Amino acid sequence: MVPEPEFESYYGRPILKQPTWKTPDVPLYLFLGGLAGCSALLAEGAAATGRPDLERVARLTAAGGAAAGTVALVHDLGRPERFLNMLRVFKPTSPLSVGSFILAPFSALSGAAAATEVTGRFPRLGRLAGVGAAAFGPPLATYTAALLANTAIPAWHEAHRELPFVFGGSGAQAAGGLAMLLVPCDQAAPARRMALAGAAVEVVAAETILKKGLVAEPYRIGRPGRLMKVARNATTVASAITVLAGRRSRLLSAVAGATYVGASLATRFGIFEAGLESARDPKYVVVPQRERMRARAAH
Amino acid sequence: MGSLWGRLDDVQGDAGYGSPSEHPPRMGFFTDTSVCIGCKACEVACKEWNSVPEDGYLLTGMSYDNTQELGASTWRHVAFVEKPLDVPAVDLGMPAMGAPDTEGVTWLMSSDVCKHCTHAACLDVCPTGALFRTEFGTVVVQPDVCNGCGYCVPACPYGVIDLRKDDGRAFKCTLCYDRLKEGQTPACAQACPTESIQFGELTELRERAARRVEELHDRGVDVARLYGADPDDGVGGDGAFFLLLDEPEVYGLPPDPIVTTRDLGSMWRHVGAAAATLVGLGVASFLGRRR
Ligand code: SF4
Repeated sequence: MVPEPEFESYYGRPILKQPTWKTPDVPLYLFLGGLAGCSALLAEGAAATGRPDLERVARLTAAGGAAAGTVALVHDLGRPERFLNMLRVFKPTSPLSVGSFILAPFSALSGAAAATEVTGRFPRLGRLAGVGAAAFGPPLATYTAALLANTAIPAWHEAHRELPFVFGGSGAQAAGGLAMLLVPCDQAAPARRMALAGAAVEVVAAETILKKGLVAEPYRIGRPGRLMKVARNATTVASAITVLAGRRSRLLSAVAGATYVGASLATRFGIFEAGLESARDPKYVVVPQRERMRARAAH
Repeated sequence: MGSLWGRLDDVQGDAGYGSPSEHPPRMGFFTDTSVCIGCKACEVACKEWNSVPEDGYLLTGMSYDNTQELGASTWRHVAFVEKPLDVPAVDLGMPAMGAPDTEGVTWLMSSDVCKHCTHAACLDVCPTGALFRTEFGTVVVQPDVCNGCGYCVPACPYGVIDLRKDDGRAFKCTLCYDRLKEGQTPACAQACPTESIQFGELTELRERAARRVEELHDRGVDVARLYGADPDDGVGGDGAFFLLLDEPEVYGLPPDPIVTTRDLGSMWRHVGAAAATLVGLGVASFLGRRR
C-alpha cells in the first residue's frame, strides 16, 4: 500500500470542474468512432482482395457507426440545434473542431459507400467513396484521444502520448471483432489479424498508462479500475480463442469477436470514467503539481 | 492560431488586434486578499449587473461560504478559510470593520474570479469560436454562438467555466466587457469597499502588486505572495491575479497550473503516429495466408 499523500485543499472540494460530457453518449462516441474508422480500412482491404462478405459487413459498420456516433455527439450538446456551429470555424487547437472536420466527410463517404453496396448502383463511385472513407478512418479512430487529452484532467492529459495508441488499437480490435462475429471464417482472416494486432497495441499502450503513479490511480481503482481490468481480461481471452480456434470454428470465432467488441467498449468507458474520477479529487491536481514545483526548484 | 504557451507580452496583438498602438491596453484585476473582509459585495454586484440567475442556496458548513465555487451562474466567489492560529496576529492594515472577533483563528478570505489567462485553454479548445479574446485582452463567451459542447469545462485548469444546466450553454465572468467598452470599472471592483479588488491596466497592477507584497513582507507578513502575476508561468500569467496569504490550494486554487495546449503539438504528433500505425496494421492484415 502506498500511503495517502498529504496535501491541502479547500474543504476537500474539487479544483477542476466535472466534465459535463454525458455517459453513455461520449464514451459510446469514442467507441463508435474507433469501430467505424477501422471498419472503413477493413472494407477497402476486402474490396481490393475480393472478400465480398467482409466488404459488405465492414462498409455497413463504417456507415452505421459514423451515423450512430454523430447522433451520440449531437445529443451530448447543450444546444443540439446548434450542431452546425461546429463547422463555423476550423481550429487546430480544438480537437473537437478538427474532429468535426474528420467526422463530417467520413460520415458522408462511408454512407455513400454503404448505399452503393446495398443498392448495387454506381459501384465505381461507391468504391471511390470507400477509399475516401478509409483515408479518414484512422484519424477518426485516433483523434478522440486528443479530445480527452487536451484538457486539464490529469488522468487524461498525462496520458496524451499513449491514449492515441490505446484508442487506435481499441478501434482495430472492435472493427476486427465485429467482422469476426458477422463474417464466415474463410473470409475473416484479415479481421482476425486486425483484431489481434489492435489488441496488442492497445494492451501495451494501456499498460504504460497504468504505470504512471498517482495520476493513473483512477485507472486502477474503483469502477473505472474494474472496467479496465474487465477490458484487459476480455482482450486476453478473445486473443487466445482467436489464435487457437479463430480459423476453424465459426462459433468460437464469433464468441471471440463479440468479446473483442465488449473489451473495446469497456476500455472506452473505463478511460472516460477515470477522467471523471480524476477531476473529482483535488489530490490528483495538487500532489503532482506540488511535485512538479519541487522538481523545478531543485534545478 | 496564436501562440500556445510561454511568455506573451501582447495578447491582443497575438489574437489579431494589431500592434499595441492599435488596441487598448490589457485590462485586469488584482485581488489583494489581505484586505478582503468577506462582505460578498462583489458577488452581489456581479449577479445584479450581469443578470446572472440564482443558482440555489445551500448551507454548506464551510465557514461563511455558502456560494461554494465559481460556476456558470457564479462569476465571483468569496472563499472563507478558518485556520487555527499558530502565528501571532499581525496588523494587515485592514479597515476597522474587519472580520468577526474570533480569537485563536486566522481568517482567510479571497474573492475568486476567472483568471482571463494569457493562454486560455477554454478559448483554445472551443470548437465554435464562441469564446474569444477581446480588445482588452480578456476572455469572453458569446452566448449566441455557444452550442454547449462543454469542451471548455474540463479544459480550464482553474475549474472556472461551466455549463448552465437549464440553458445548456457555457457562462463565466466577462470582466464586465459591456462596462469596459463604456470606460467603466467592472461591477465587482466598483462595489468592493476595501479595494481588495483592484481594476486597471495589467502592467500597472503588476507593479502595484509587487510593491504591496514588499510592504507586507517589511511588516513581517512573510506569508504574503502573488499568484498568477508571473508572465512566465504555466498559463503565461493571469489577467486576474491575486495576493494570497497561504498556499494556493488552501483557497481551492491549483498550485502550478499549466495550459493543456502546451502539449498540443505532442498530442497531434502522437495521434498522427497512431493513425499511421492503423494504416500499417490495416495493410498488414491483408497480407499472408488467405484464410
Ligand atoms: S481561468 Fe479558465 S475560464 Fe478563465 S480564461 Fe482561464 S481557462 Fe478560461
